[in-house]
Amino acid sequence: MDFEELYQQVILDHSRRPRNFGELPGADVDIQADNPTCGDEIELHLKFGADDKIEGVSFTGSGCSICMASASMMTQKLKKKSRAESSALMHTFHDMLTSEQETEPPAALGDLGLLKGVRKFPLRVKCATLAWHALEQALETKPASSGEGA
Amino acid sequence: MHDVIKEPQPQTDWAKIRADFPILNQEVHGHPLVYLDNAATSQKPRSVIEALKHYYEYDNSNVHRGIHELSNRATAAYEGARERTVKYINARSSKEIIFTRGTTEGINLVAQAWGTKHLKAGDKILLTELEHHSNIVPWQLLAARTGAQLVYIPVTGDEGLLDLSQLDQLLTKEVKIFAFGHISNSMGTINPIKEFCARARELGVITLVDAAQSAGHCPLDVQDIGCDFMAFSGHKMCGPTGIGILYGREEILEDTPPYQGGGEMISRVQFFETKWNVLPHKFEAGTPDISGAIGLHAAMDYVDSVGRENIFKHDQELASYACSRLAELGHVRIFGPPLGGTPGHPHSERGGLVSFLLPEVHAHDVVTMADQFGVALRGGHHCTQPLMRKLGIQSTARASFYFYNTREEVDRMIDAVAKIHEFFSRGL
Repeated sequence: MDFEELYQQVILDHSRRPRNFGELPGADVDIQADNPTCGDEIELHLKFGADDKIEGVSFTGSGCSICMASASMMTQKLKKKSRAESSALMHTFHDMLTSEQETEPPAALGDLGLLKGVRKFPLRVKCATLAWHALEQALETKPASSGEGA
Repeated sequence: MHDVIKEPQPQTDWAKIRADFPILNQEVHGHPLVYLDNAATSQKPRSVIEALKHYYEYDNSNVHRGIHELSNRATAAYEGARERTVKYINARSSKEIIFTRGTTEGINLVAQAWGTKHLKAGDKILLTELEHHSNIVPWQLLAARTGAQLVYIPVTGDEGLLDLSQLDQLLTKEVKIFAFGHISNSMGTINPIKEFCARARELGVITLVDAAQSAGHCPLDVQDIGCDFMAFSGHKMCGPTGIGILYGREEILEDTPPYQGGGEMISRVQFFETKWNVLPHKFEAGTPDISGAIGLHAAMDYVDSVGRENIFKHDQELASYACSRLAELGHVRIFGPPLGGTPGHPHSERGGLVSFLLPEVHAHDVVTMADQFGVALRGGHHCTQPLMRKLGIQSTARASFYFYNTREEVDRMIDAVAKIHEFFSRGL
């Protein structure tokens, strides 16, 4: 059944034991994303290094298994990525969930490719992309350390 | 409960009634559909679908100002629906029946038109913590406009009961309006609305009953209840979406300015001033949802042919059965008034729905998987976010019943829930 693809063990494991879960002291950006249809809330915390690459990342909040697993796996992929690389990853992930045809998930996504089954559950795409909406907003902000003239 | 329309049927043929709903006869994901999302919207019997079709095929025209035959027919049908509503809730006259888009618009009309005129800084608006967003947000907007203050009757806990020991303290002369739901859409609690109205009346407080979850499920008599306003939706009681009713006591409606301006609500328009039309047309600007009203008329006829006391009993039996089967599964957190009553709470009856949570499984996951078994539940905050936050949860899964549901369908839901629990327990 489709739900066995949706709820694979790796996904359930991430939802039960989310990685990078908790506050991030000294974060440059803390951005919350809400899913008003179900009340799920994810807050993403990012710290950028001197090279403007993501140095630290964590998340807090709560949501369904798809939402939590997606957030958890996303944070694992973001470390050491530039803003442009993070943005590209976000678009690749989004395309996988909204493509008309089922395709092999791009290798760049790693374990995130396991969420490809969400495609078949259009009402759950919002769950899988909640943390990514926070990321999208976070990437648009300028870190405080960038200062004037940056 | 007070009986408005004669209740027939010594023996109800539920299978025959179910066959009146074409949509129920289908498979979803390879299983026969089990539709348990009736608190969100009910399904429509053939008679309602036919009434809409007949109107558009034979009588469609604009109402009230036309002189030709079709306009006569459309006007007669539209006003006939209003007269039918008078009987449905035992109003005094058709002046007290305003057609709206639904419960939400009815409450907004009262908050905006009546509220803006009658409330001022320092006044209080009394609500309950069980309310749907549609009975919270319009009052927040009114409070922001007028400087009035919102006050809530608290909920006791998972059992979804109101702490009535605080009623005397909260319901005071400073309260200008007391608005409350009849049946809670997320907990199933049935509130003592008649008692609320009586206590409010002693203090001169205006009352509004949100009857969205009760209008299609039990008899309603606005004179017996003693409310000043009552709002409900057609689509939760077998009618079409987009049509609803606001009942208002005539003298209060007379003392309420119009809600929206436009055609239909005027008696004479000059360039700089306008004289309002009489009740209820003063509150119905623009071309109304004529077909919706006609569909609602057919829905009221249908619901009363089944019998509202009959329906109430049937829904409650299914909800009780679902609660006891869920309890048998163990480890299920069940919300709403417990079976067999709650000590100290004379008003602890449950309507025809049950909200629940499985340990370690988010309501969305429960609902997605149940759907794979053909069982339509709802998962989320049910537009009661403040209540969810108070109970320390984000969401629940909810099964809500109507008269076409069966015990076998409850069994199908329980089987699905048991499988979901087993699936998500793996590897824990």
